[in-house]
Amino acid sequence: MKRISTPIDKEIIKTLKKGDIVLLSGTMYTARDAAHKKMLDILRNTGEVPLKGQTLYYAGPCPPKPQECVGSIGPTSSYRMDDYTPIFLENGILSTIGKGQRAQKVHDAIKKYGGVHFDAIGGAGAYYKSCVTSCETVFFPELGAEAVYKLEIKDFPCIVSIV
Amino acid sequence: MKIVLSQDITSAIKKMCMEICVCLDQKALAKLKHAREIEDSQATAFALDIMIKNADIAKKTSSPLCQDTGMVVVFVDMGQDVRIKGGYIEDAINQGVKEAYQEGYFRKSVLDPISRENTWDNTPAVIHYNIIKGSEFCLSVMAKGFGSENMSRLFMLTPSEGIEGIKKAVIETIKDANAKPCPPVVVGVGVGGTMEKAALLSKKALFRGLDSKNEDPILNDLEEQLLEEINLLGIGAQGLGGKTTALKVFIEKYPTHIAGLPVAVTVQCHAVRHNSITL
Ligand code: SF4
Repeated sequence: MKRISTPIDKEIIKTLKKGDIVLLSGTMYTARDAAHKKMLDILRNTGEVPLKGQTLYYAGPCPPKPQECVGSIGPTSSYRMDDYTPIFLENGILSTIGKGQRAQKVHDAIKKYGGVHFDAIGGAGAYYKSCVTSCETVFFPELGAEAVYKLEIKDFPCIVSIV
Repeated sequence: MKIVLSQDITSAIKKMCMEICVCLDQKALAKLKHAREIEDSQATAFALDIMIKNADIAKKTSSPLCQDTGMVVVFVDMGQDVRIKGGYIEDAINQGVKEAYQEGYFRKSVLDPISRENTWDNTPAVIHYNIIKGSEFCLSVMAKGFGSENMSRLFMLTPSEGIEGIKKAVIETIKDANAKPCPPVVVGVGVGGTMEKAALLSKKALFRGLDSKNEDPILNDLEEQLLEEINLLGIGAQGLGGKTTALKVFIEKYPTHIAGLPVAVTVQCHAVRHNSITL
């Protein structure tokens, strides 16, 4: 089992192989379909994608209970982001986390730009919640669960799926 | 005649929603533990360990097992001698859903399909009514996540395709779904009737206990054969490869037309969340 800091350094990505079990610690940002669409609009309008260099986690949490920073927060299906991922990779978002298989064009773009994609364990929302130490809304609060949340995580388990 | 109060319907729905979203079906948990014991692949065993620990953390911290707390599906089996008092049954059910999803801090995932505007209380539920004999009143509730629901399928086969065609349809559904529905999955199959009847049977089939046998020996055989064949696909937990792709296959049938063979497959993820109560 490897321990890795997020956002993930390009040099570290080179040391990873498919099937590696890793524990991630550091910062990551949630983004689902609706946030991807808005991020793409921003990229088209400004020439720069928000969250360049960061790690994206495809997830939309449950609301937190009082005294909690976040509710259950497992991964959502990656394939719904397949149309956006190649252009985000091209613009510097190199690491992503989700569940389930991805389109060939995503595999190709990950190889081309030196990125990495991890599979988190689908359905393990309560477990992943216990790995989050802080959570704040940074973009698109109007999207509710689909907003972009900045997460601080500790020992977040996942498996290298495409590298 | 039996009287059922609408407020009792609301509290039963609320209580069941709050329990199922937090507490994994115990038979599913036992099957996941068994899958973990027999698994050789390191990554897959790791994924199964996390699923098992997840169920424990969810229960201890009263947190939803999965952040997709689903769309609520309710089957109402209502005796024809039952009378509901105190309000419209549909409002009573939706009120229970609303209260559970607010008080449980569950995710609200239900929206208008065209405008995509969220209703922000996870209502309405999808409700199926079935009038039965006598004066029983039974509510069955399921929280259905859409990672798996999106992989569900309907096949309008020709009669000549027969049992082989049914098997092919089920295997194809699970093979194409691969890791998307959070395997190990539970598979509900509805055979016969019309298009919508087959779909309903496939959903209702999922309420059977995970350790139960089909009372129809032919269907029971078919369930066992299909389970074996699905597990030979090697998709494994989370699609990481391995021995257990499905925990159970359930098949229900209904007479159909001489010209048809409808087959519906509802895919259910490992987050098995359903319960029933008789009021
Ligand atoms: S398919 Fe089931 S376990 Fe997977 S994310 Fe959806 S609800 Fe959760």
